[in-house]
Amino acid sequence: MDYVLNILPPLIEGTGVTLQVFVITLMLSVPLGLALALLRLSRIAPVRAAVGGYIWLMRGTPLMLQMLFIYFALPFVPVIGVRLPDFPAAIVAFVLNYAAYFAEIFRAGIQSIERGQYEGAKVLGLSYAQTMRRIVLPQVIKRILPPVSNETITLIKDTSLIYVLAMNDLLRAARGIVQRDFTTSPFVVAAAFYLIMTLVLTYGFQHLEKKYAVYDE
Amino acid sequence: MQSMTNEATPAPTPMLRAVDLHKRFGAIEVLKGVSLEVGRGEVIAIIGPSGSGKSTFLRCLIHLETVQRGCIEVEGRTLVSTDTGGECRYVADAEIRTICGAMGMVFQHFNLFPHLTVLENLIEAPMTVKGLRREDVVPKAEALLAKVGLADKRDAYPSRLSGGQKQRVAIARALAMEPDILLFDEPTSALDPELTGEVLRTMRELADEHMTMIVVTHEMAFAREVASRVIFMDGGLVVEARPARELFASPEHPRTRAFLENML
Ligand SMILES: Nc1ncnc2c1ncn2[C@@H]1O[C@H](COP(=O)(O)OP(=O)(O)OP(=O)(O)O)[C@@H](O)[C@H]1O
Ligand SMILES: [Mg+2]
Repeated sequence: MDYVLNILPPLIEGTGVTLQVFVITLMLSVPLGLALALLRLSRIAPVRAAVGGYIWLMRGTPLMLQMLFIYFALPFVPVIGVRLPDFPAAIVAFVLNYAAYFAEIFRAGIQSIERGQYEGAKVLGLSYAQTMRRIVLPQVIKRILPPVSNETITLIKDTSLIYVLAMNDLLRAARGIVQRDFTTSPFVVAAAFYLIMTLVLTYGFQHLEKKYAVYDE
Repeated sequence: MQSMTNEATPAPTPMLRAVDLHKRFGAIEVLKGVSLEVGRGEVIAIIGPSGSGKSTFLRCLIHLETVQRGCIEVEGRTLVSTDTGGECRYVADAEIRTICGAMGMVFQHFNLFPHLTVLENLIEAPMTVKGLRREDVVPKAEALLAKVGLADKRDAYPSRLSGGQKQRVAIARALAMEPDILLFDEPTSALDPELTGEVLRTMRELADEHMTMIVVTHEMAFAREVASRVIFMDGGLVVEARPARELFASPEHPRTRAFLENML
């Protein structure tokens, strides 16, 4: 028990990095995903196609490869090439990748809203933007909570991929102690940490779903 | 009896004028030159067999569909016009919204907003579209709910209401925007037979208050008793348009006669 208390500080520090990546990614990729979904449903065919290609690329290649590319290869790409420090590079990769997944969730959600809702709003004089903001998106949120919950829980675990950029997240912190002390118990503690975070998320989403359950469709 | 007074007042500028509307979906022509003039306070019933273009006609009037030829004027303002060369032109988007703001529509399937309570359904458009403050629109919304007999359902969500109640909320919601013309597309067709009465009663009250209404309906009794004029459509054309009691008493066209014999 003493040992566990001993290794807690570095693990908590690692959890801080994990949570930072998680929170920033979520805060940026959800709005970006929504914007991509709206573009994916645009009336302009080339815009639809471009976003479709982007989503295909982001979902069709491993997140780890994308992260390595942004960190190691992007600096050598002409014109857009920039050298990013590890943390921003990781964030950019996560946001670009998760935005693609959220875009697909939003798109499916938006398309599941019946045409009658748009027509009901239109004959009342609401503009397209007002219809989206006031009528469609609030209903979309209720419908996409389960897949968003899934994606969010996946993200908390995916953050461990940043070990390839040698960042000290929860998993890497645990591994460091394992190698130092020749014991696997840090892994068990790390697992417990992930489980607690997942539990909190699950509980949070359950709460949201209950909140949205006040109305049936 | 109200219908008689409706007939007797010819308006100088019609509330609504549609001339020679043509609408096609791909290869099929659904409207083949439909015209209609509606005076203030008139109640027009549109009847006709399934697929004759009744819904499409209403939807073109309120810009849920666009026509390929013809002209629509609402209270003297042009929504769409067609020049002699056959060039069909809609006015600018902002103007379309203003012009269509004079009309409200009630749908067969209500199209209430399920995530909003009854009251919120009513105040959504006045607040969002007209920018009115909540405290200014709530009393009026409550009065409208009382008018359709649903004051006690103020805070209920639509899913908790019966079909008849939903449709009355939909009517109140349309009225909350203070339209001059109300369009109804088969407002009772999705209802259980025992629930149609309450909706028709509400519509009758509106007619008594001289609301201008265009009602696509299969309710022949309503058409006969409430409408000032009845339009019989078939195959994308107006076959017969006459004062209600005339049309029902002595339909001129054989197709009207056949349709009415089937309905009654
Ligand atoms: N969006 C659309 N795309 C293609 N065809 C359509 C569309 N809307 C209507 N139609 C066709 O247009 C024709 C007229 O339809 P409309 O709904 O106006 O008829 P209706 O008189 O209202 O019939 P009902 O009494 O069944 O409601 C039908 O043949 C229908 O299939
Ligand atoms: Mg119809």
